[in-house]
Amino acid sequence: MTVLLIALGAAIGAPLRYLTDRAVQSRHAAPFPWGTLTVNVAGSLLLGGLLAAPVDPRVTALVGTGFCGALTTWSTLGYETLRLARTGERRVAYANMALSVVAGLGAAFLGYVLVTALAG
Amino acid sequence: MSDPRVDPDVDLRVPADRAELSAHPAAVLGVIAAGGVFGALARAGAQSAVPHQAGGFPWATFAVNVTGCLLIGVLTAALAARPAHPLTRPFLGVGVLGGFTTFSAYAVDAQRLLADGAAVTAGGYLTATVLAALAAVAAGDAVTARALAARDGRRR
Repeated sequence: MTVLLIALGAAIGAPLRYLTDRAVQSRHAAPFPWGTLTVNVAGSLLLGGLLAAPVDPRVTALVGTGFCGALTTWSTLGYETLRLARTGERRVAYANMALSVVAGLGAAFLGYVLVTALAG
Repeated sequence: MSDPRVDPDVDLRVPADRAELSAHPAAVLGVIAAGGVFGALARAGAQSAVPHQAGGFPWATFAVNVTGCLLIGVLTAALAARPAHPLTRPFLGVGVLGGFTTFSAYAVDAQRLLADGAAVTAGGYLTATVLAALAAVAAGDAVTARALAARDGRRR
């Protein structure tokens, strides 16, 4: 059952990352990878909130491990940062990594705080 | 390296990426979803094999993310050097490796460690993942590009 829920969440999360990335890029011509940052921060916010809530483990498997896990990505972030650094955009590469870590961590905190406040 | 690609998932400056969704929407989204399922189940398997202890270093997620970064380096170098089926990148890159690696668990595990007062472990985890992930992408890319170039050299 858990396996099916993780699979279902991932089957939605992975294509949604691709579609979000396309939608964000079509609005910004800049070399900065805003699309990947968007999914990573959104997924961190959602997972931060989910793990603060008293939810059924089946919901955690579906939404947390499956959906948030597949929506967000480290492989894409890592490759983008390397490419930016190699193409002479060293500052953009550092900014991408720093902003991803800080915004992702901030989003996880925000999700946790919001859900804790609502549940309390 | 005239390839304008920065984003390995989809980069709209790459003409083939721009055209693929309208040309084959069901195939592209279908292989991404299928790949995402394989990747996510492999990640969940690793995480349940090496469970994360409260306050401890999240070894499974760390290993998953670094391995996924190594493999995206290998994949993109191979795709740049060799002609491949147009669904290879969506399936393996966007689906399998995107589904395997996770940024949300990285951020939330670090947040949990900070909230639990394990600031040194949190800082170590945040930093070690960044450094190991970038080294892994670079290594995967370099080794693959060199191996494929050497093979081409022998053929000539």
